[in-house]
Amino acid sequence: MSGSVDLESVTKRYGTETVVADVSLAIPQGEFFTLLGPSGSGKTTTLSMLAGFVVPDEGRVMLGGRDMTRVPPRSRGLGMVFQNYAIFPHLNVAENVAFPLTVKGAPKPEIKARTADALAMVKLTGFETRYARQLSGGQQQRVALARAIVGHPKVVLMDEPLGALDKNLRYHMQVEIKEIQQRLGMTVIYVTHDQEEALTMSDRIAIMDHGRIAQMGPPREVYENPDTSFVAAFLGEANLLKVRRDGDAVNGPGGARVVARGSLTSSEGLAFVRPEKVSVTAGTVETAPNHLPGQILHASFLGNIVRYAVTAAEGATLLCDVANGAGTEIHRPGDTVTLSWRAEDSRLLAG
Amino acid sequence: MPLGRLAAWLMIAPALILLFGVFVLPIGWFLVGSLAELGTLSEIWTEAQDVLFSGTVARVLVNTNVIGLIVTLLVLVIGYPVSYALSRAKGFAFTAILLCIVLPYFTSTIVRTYAWMVLLGRSGLINQILLGLGLVDAPLELMYNRTGVIIGMTYVLLPYMVLTLYAAMKAVDPRLLQAAEGMGASPVAVFLKVFMPLTLHGVIAGVLITFILAIGFFVTPALMGGPRDIMIAMLIEREVELTQNWASAAMMTIVLLAVTLILYGFYSRFAEKEAPR
Amino acid sequence: MMGPVLRATLLKALVVLLCFGLVAPIVIVAIASFSGDGYLKFPPETLSTRWYERFLGDYRWRSAIMNSLFIGVLTSIFSTVIGFLAAYALMRGEFRFKTVIASLLLMPVIVPHIITAVAVYFLSARMGLVGVRPWISVAHTVVALPVVLVILQSALRTVDPALERAAMICGCTRFGVFRRVVLPLALPGMVSAALFSFLTSFDELVISLFLAGIRAETLPVRIWNSLLLEVEPTIAAVSTLLIAVTATALAVDALIRKLRGEPVAALR
Repeated sequence: MSGSVDLESVTKRYGTETVVADVSLAIPQGEFFTLLGPSGSGKTTTLSMLAGFVVPDEGRVMLGGRDMTRVPPRSRGLGMVFQNYAIFPHLNVAENVAFPLTVKGAPKPEIKARTADALAMVKLTGFETRYARQLSGGQQQRVALARAIVGHPKVVLMDEPLGALDKNLRYHMQVEIKEIQQRLGMTVIYVTHDQEEALTMSDRIAIMDHGRIAQMGPPREVYENPDTSFVAAFLGEANLLKVRRDGDAVNGPGGARVVARGSLTSSEGLAFVRPEKVSVTAGTVETAPNHLPGQILHASFLGNIVRYAVTAAEGATLLCDVANGAGTEIHRPGDTVTLSWRAEDSRLLAG
Repeated sequence: MPLGRLAAWLMIAPALILLFGVFVLPIGWFLVGSLAELGTLSEIWTEAQDVLFSGTVARVLVNTNVIGLIVTLLVLVIGYPVSYALSRAKGFAFTAILLCIVLPYFTSTIVRTYAWMVLLGRSGLINQILLGLGLVDAPLELMYNRTGVIIGMTYVLLPYMVLTLYAAMKAVDPRLLQAAEGMGASPVAVFLKVFMPLTLHGVIAGVLITFILAIGFFVTPALMGGPRDIMIAMLIEREVELTQNWASAAMMTIVLLAVTLILYGFYSRFAEKEAPR
Repeated sequence: MMGPVLRATLLKALVVLLCFGLVAPIVIVAIASFSGDGYLKFPPETLSTRWYERFLGDYRWRSAIMNSLFIGVLTSIFSTVIGFLAAYALMRGEFRFKTVIASLLLMPVIVPHIITAVAVYFLSARMGLVGVRPWISVAHTVVALPVVLVILQSALRTVDPALERAAMICGCTRFGVFRRVVLPLALPGMVSAALFSFLTSFDELVISLFLAGIRAETLPVRIWNSLLLEVEPTIAAVSTLLIAVTATALAVDALIRKLRGEPVAALR
């Protein structure tokens, strides 16, 4: 069996509410695939259907090319890491990690060897006889991870596994999970609402909204080339300028010309540009496309960058991130500035 | 993953079969079967009026309510300070108070009744003390009369009240009381204006459950009461055991059951309610 | 106005007095049962175990002990097993009338025992079940079930559903999840449930009174029958045995909970 995962037009309703609507995914073996979305977007239900906890009302769940839609969780051969780790409190670390093997009735020596391997991989050798209550959050996370990979599953599901950890630890675990995934060559389906985590770890991201996949693709593509304003705003900071069609041209706040990729589907829309793509120049320069005069409303010093909030015409407010490079001068609130960006860094979206 | 519907029904089935087979069905059969022997509905109604409004049953119903009310009131007055102390106590004091409530709570009713019979008898401890101190000349009649019933039942029912009140009192956030004190309220005002209103639903629940249990009481009044302290449960037992008059037992059962269920309806409202915030 | 210190002291004194009043009768009976005097005197002038000798020397009291134990153990098994299944279904199941069923199952503690007793007697007399000990256990199970349900529902609430899902992903069948995860985690609650359902049956009088006949007299029934005649000191010894059983059950329960850091059963 290969580690490919496919969802074919999967739909799940609870009563009158459609939680997952016609979702299709094709994930090849060995991919690190992330389902990203706000709470209630259907990402956890989608994962539950992959795991077999929830049976879809329509569509098929395929694992390794086989239809598993109605197969119970125990027979799907998956590994899974749960949100709050779900470490069995009545078993010690070794027994927890060995659990999937014990259930299958694997021979004792094999259980021992594989458990030791898995514990070594998550760097928990020496903790075998501890219980969950004697472990830190990060250690519990490692136990959960070891238990998920001990049976060498082709596919591992992870439901917000790092949600309960603090920022520093989270970063370390991201790196380790990624390393283990690559070493074992397993497919990982990762659910998170943390966009930074999704961008760092994934080969591909699917952004979910109201039970549908809003956009799917490699992190950089989704980040720089969002198809909708929802995706643009959900993934990092985004400036979304109100724009109008004026003949062949597109005008922004104060009638400024806007040139961007894509086109408007109706007479009004939004121009998207990331804060770090916007340049801030002191004073007013000549009018040109993608140049907006404005006033600094607010300057936040964030260390490596300076974030400005700038008001332009018609009350539009833009965020601009300027790298705090050598000799950078910091504008003050009230200063008159001109904002500019390249046409290829901007995209027209439906409003 | 939720349990499948069939699996859930299969798991709950034994409990339901038991409940219907050994509780609902027997009660229904007893009531319907006994009354049906009397004939048509109108005949049953005539008979019911004869039985329920006869001197004996009416008097017993009055007794039952009077004793129930007195006992409930006493239990509330005695139980309130104990629950209050329990809800504020910590460490050893908490364990000690709790033990004093829980040990009697789980001891057989008949043992608790017997204990008071030993204490209240003509030559029991209470009379020995009273005589020894010269407070009375002759032993007091503390048992086989209403005094005995009320003392015994108050004792038996006290733990129910204390535990119900405790639940409500424990739910009161102590910071609210501190805040009231911080704003200059006197301890008495804090108690009357903050603590009492916040625990009122517990008091109502406690009063209802105590009264429900009191009016159905059998063992204690039967052993400690006199001929004038017969309660409804005792009368039901007599009709069945002595006179085999199932029909009148059924009529009294209907009255007791109806009152119990109605009061329980009110009780569940107050017991499930969270303390107001 | 009283000073706050005085008020606190008075409250303390009152509570001590009331608590004393709560345990004193039980303690006094226990002490008096070791009296060597001709009648129950407190404090006893001489100590002896004569009432225990008379109690245990009497064939009818001995058979009452055996009946009570038999009925109690059987009730405990019945109600713990049935109660566990029901509690689990109520906790994890999704089916119609769930809340109605949940409150219906608690009714036997609210409906006066005399009603249950008379009704079950009505049925039993027609079926020749009076004096049949397993049948008394079944009747006791009805009133023990609510106790068991309350204990087990709170025990099962501590079992995180994610643990059950984790077990399923690890390859467990529904039954495997039960055996390997739910049962071990609910075990302390099961022990409590077994203890308290035993106590419920062991202490129950009214239902036994109707169903026991002369063949299956339990300890409470035997006490009742003796008390109707006279307040004899042997009963103090019997009562002390019942108190000791209650105290032991409470101690075992407290010990289990202490080991697991949970509050005592009565405060669920």
